[in-house]
Amino acid sequence: MLLINCPHCGARDEAEFSCGGEAHIARPLAENSINDTQFADYLFFRHNPKGIFLERWRHAAGCRKWFNAVRDTVTDEIIEIYPMGGLPKSKAGKQAHAENWRRASAAEKAAMPATKGKK
Amino acid sequence: MADNGIDRGTSGLGSSKKRYSAFSLARNAMSYHQNWQQAWRHAEPKAEYDAVIIGGGGHGLATAYYLASVHNMTNIAVIEKGWLGGGNTGRNTTIIRSNYMWDESAAIYDHALKLWEGLAQDLNFNIMFSQRGVLTIAHSWGELRDMSRRVHAIRLNGIDSDIMTPEQIKDFVPTINIDQNIRYPVMGGFLQKRGGTARHDAVAWGYARAADDLGVDIIQNCEVTGLKRSGRKITGVETTRGLIKTKKVGVVVAGHSSLIADMAGVRMPLQSRPLQALVSEPIKPILDTVIMSNAVHMYISQSDKGEMVLGAGVDKYNSYAQRGSWPVPEHMLAAAVELFPVLSRLRMLRHWGGIVDTCPDASPIISKTDVDGLYFNCGWGTGGFKATPGSGHVFADLIANDRPNKIAEPYALKRFETGYLIDEHGAAGVAH
Repeated sequence: MLLINCPHCGARDEAEFSCGGEAHIARPLAENSINDTQFADYLFFRHNPKGIFLERWRHAAGCRKWFNAVRDTVTDEIIEIYPMGGLPKSKAGKQAHAENWRRASAAEKAAMPATKGKK
Repeated sequence: MADNGIDRGTSGLGSSKKRYSAFSLARNAMSYHQNWQQAWRHAEPKAEYDAVIIGGGGHGLATAYYLASVHNMTNIAVIEKGWLGGGNTGRNTTIIRSNYMWDESAAIYDHALKLWEGLAQDLNFNIMFSQRGVLTIAHSWGELRDMSRRVHAIRLNGIDSDIMTPEQIKDFVPTINIDQNIRYPVMGGFLQKRGGTARHDAVAWGYARAADDLGVDIIQNCEVTGLKRSGRKITGVETTRGLIKTKKVGVVVAGHSSLIADMAGVRMPLQSRPLQALVSEPIKPILDTVIMSNAVHMYISQSDKGEMVLGAGVDKYNSYAQRGSWPVPEHMLAAAVELFPVLSRLRMLRHWGGIVDTCPDASPIISKTDVDGLYFNCGWGTGGFKATPGSGHVFADLIANDRPNKIAEPYALKRFETGYLIDEHGAAGVAH
């Protein structure tokens, strides 16, 4: 049984939560510029590491708010909880975020047409 | 022996193995069962093979057996990081059925069922295949209506399937509670009489023994650490017992498929989740069929030893920890006790989780990849055991001929790009 520390309600039993799968998947807004193979990366292909995983959770039977978590899929240990829209601060979380294949995918690049050149 | 027009390969065993029979059992009893022939050799890895199968579970061993028996590829090896059938083959609830709705699913699962019928004779191994029927229960009018639609679709594919009323169900399964005032009342159900169970360990052992007889090397305690490529071609497998050269690699590793895919730079749309099951203390025979309930994700049968075998739905988050989360069995057991009040004081003896590779459309991937000579058979998720012979049969065909046959073709990895999904999530009547 996981004890999950909801950032709004505190530590609660996992039965109150639903898991939303991999975090940081940006919708390719410029989808017309990418092909079907690249769009499939966004739609169906998910990171499935044996180790550190960044994922979304929702306190479904509580405050109903979403948040992100860094969890080790081997031990089920939750290493860090951080807000939606934010990035992990823990070393393991930062590394997992940077090393994810998605960072270099065409689908993710197509997600930020407006910020092109700024970052 | 069942024939069904399938090329089952060489029938029975060759000359290197002594046949199992009632007579051999009696003869070996005379020497206190000390002189049974070894079922398979502990092979040392050779420097090179024509093909290497990664994963010594039921699907991997079946693949190797059919490669040898149907396609005459005998210079092959099965490598397994643990022991034979120690993964999901030994962790499932042994249910076999083929009542899937979509044509593509019906084709592969019934192909498997036809191979199950007669597999014991093919392998000269008692796999304890018992066609005791699989009864799927509906708990609401909506579910019952949807079920009748499915039953008709299934029957159109020539797969036996019969709707039953609560009274008929009570007659068939006297221990069931058909009171309409419970949380999950029995509103009806459908039965596949050809469905049933088989002894999972025996399936792995039977395939291993028959494959070994045909010359296949079965190498246990040998973990894959990398895949060797030359350009776009596979050239070998790096293992904890050295490099094994080969031009063809078949990957059949269930929950760890993503990890092997990573080694080759291939991506799979898989999520690895724990799937849990429980076994009770043994009791007198009370249930001679398999009961499934999709609404509560519960399935129950009784083993030949008398244990009640219960399975649950898949956990809600990814994990490689082979234990699973508590709310899942708790929910499932509550429903089981309500349906079968006789179980209320039963003690559970064992509880475990297996890591299954779930696919977005709840259908498997049997496919070539962008790397020449690298083939994947994965994504069976929560329902792979029932497909073991069929999966091995079509995967062997894919590896031997480097092109999928008619049954395997729809299961290509490409479907996630083309959108031609085989969406079995709701369609199969699956507590997958």
